[in-house]
Amino acid sequence: MDALLQFLFSGLTVGAVYALVALGFTIIYNASDVVNFAQGEFVMLGGMITVFTFEAGLPLPLAALVAILVTSAIGVALNKLAIEPARGAPVVSLIIITIGASIVIRGATQLIFDKQLHRFPSFSGDDPIHVLGATILPQSLWVIGGALAVFVGLWIFFTRTLTGKAVLATANNRVAAQLVGINTGWVMTLSFGLSAAIGAFAGVLVTPITLVGYDVGVALALKGFAAAMLGGMGNPKGALVGGLLLGCFEALTAGYLSSQYKEAVAFIVILAVLFVMPQGLFGRKSTERV
Amino acid sequence: MTGRNKWISLGVLALLIALLPLFFPSGYYYRVGALIFVNALSVVGLVILIGYAGQISLGHAGFAGIGAYACALAPEHLGLHPALAVVLGAVVSGVMAALIGKPILRLKGYYLGVATLGFGILVSMVLTNERALTGGPDGMNVADLGLRDVLRDMGWKLSGGEFWYMLCGVVLLVGAWLALNLFDSPSGRAMRALHGSEVAAATVGVDVPRQKLRAFVISAVYASVAGSLLALQNGFITPDVAGFMHSVEMVTMAVLGGVGSVLGATFGAAILTLLPQVLTVFAEYEQLVLGLVMVLVMIFLPQGLLPSIARRLKGRDE
Repeated sequence: MDALLQFLFSGLTVGAVYALVALGFTIIYNASDVVNFAQGEFVMLGGMITVFTFEAGLPLPLAALVAILVTSAIGVALNKLAIEPARGAPVVSLIIITIGASIVIRGATQLIFDKQLHRFPSFSGDDPIHVLGATILPQSLWVIGGALAVFVGLWIFFTRTLTGKAVLATANNRVAAQLVGINTGWVMTLSFGLSAAIGAFAGVLVTPITLVGYDVGVALALKGFAAAMLGGMGNPKGALVGGLLLGCFEALTAGYLSSQYKEAVAFIVILAVLFVMPQGLFGRKSTERV
Repeated sequence: MTGRNKWISLGVLALLIALLPLFFPSGYYYRVGALIFVNALSVVGLVILIGYAGQISLGHAGFAGIGAYACALAPEHLGLHPALAVVLGAVVSGVMAALIGKPILRLKGYYLGVATLGFGILVSMVLTNERALTGGPDGMNVADLGLRDVLRDMGWKLSGGEFWYMLCGVVLLVGAWLALNLFDSPSGRAMRALHGSEVAAATVGVDVPRQKLRAFVISAVYASVAGSLLALQNGFITPDVAGFMHSVEMVTMAVLGGVGSVLGATFGAAILTLLPQVLTVFAEYEQLVLGLVMVLVMIFLPQGLLPSIARRLKGRDE
């Protein structure tokens, strides 16, 4: 029982990060129908830039803010330089473009910074908290709480603000949104910026636990995508549930079955979801128009 | 593509393979050439899958991994001759492709991409984790094919580089010939029809799932044979051959050269294989340049390099 709780704690922590990556996928996918394979690089950038600005002498909150803003700008640049010029390109091309962009970001990061693993101090110490016989790190609470805060914040943004509703309208039907005067180009810029900022925020939260290096992004992108798919592509609620579920699956597999094959869980989940219910837990059934 | 074009493509390819060694300053280039041909072979398989049938796979390195490790494991554990191990790998890959292709080829676009990606990563994970069998991430040795010794006994002395250059070149030619034959065959026409519109193809009687599966299995066999050849010529293999980045490289080569054409595939394979060799001086910039090439070609030459160049030349003539 204690062990189970311990596994669930670590699963929820990792799962919260997957949920944030999945949310980033979801926002960009809704706005542009592009699956952005560079999403994991935003998490990496968030961690890396914070590490180096912090080591340069900035206080941690300011360093984190700089990292999130810079990453957000990189997200916007990605949209302007690589996605918008390729509008209407086939899926294969878009996949190669975003994977190419992720390789560029990795390559540039290892040139500008280095190839080492880094961390910065936890926000409120490293003394584990004891809960019902299991322990949890204070930083884990930061990760889980931070993820929930992002989801609540976005829910308010999408349902209570005019801008948020414009994003939703664009996701629903781009042409119709344009007809009622929504600047859909701007919505895309906003979506990429927002999605990158969320990824960077996840990176800031999780770096004290998992460390950050220039190449941590690929695995995160794939697992975030698995989470998004599990929840149902394009659905923010699905991203949250999918991310947390995937994190717990992984932690339980590592705990009870095999830590070597922990990494395999995400891909078995992907295949299983696609075979059994391709629309995911919360996705809509779609039909193809001829 | 008409029959005449087919023979032109094959002729160009054969001439290139035969004449290039005249310009090789050292034996090292035979190795690079052989590597290009191996990559081109798996990319020709992807041309059938992506270019003919319009499906995508981000997991074909998994099949290359199966082919490679079949050559490493079967001679040691089953006592098979390496040449038969190539066949065994191809059969296993084909069967695997048929089994997983059946459910996942119902998917489209990103979903198909990610399902195949999942398959590829699972293969590379098994190869990495089953240390007792595969040696894990350190890789394992591969037995010699033995064909070079046979040739030597017949009085034909070849260096290792020359031998693999010729063997891979011949296999590539055969692979290209088969792929070009498929293009105009009923199956090839059916694949291209469903590429255009699955519904339209189905209404004129094309068995869409069957043709997709056929393209998938054929391309898996190509990847597997390429993986086997890679393992045999290096004499050593690591799980990287099945890795995600290898899958991405394969698709990039296919799209870079022009995904519809066999010649383009070879061209794309040549460029991406040569790029790291040229960039060894700037090893630090290798990733950056590779990524930039991928992005820029997709944006500015979406049809791929060869077709875009061809169209430009044609446009000037008219």
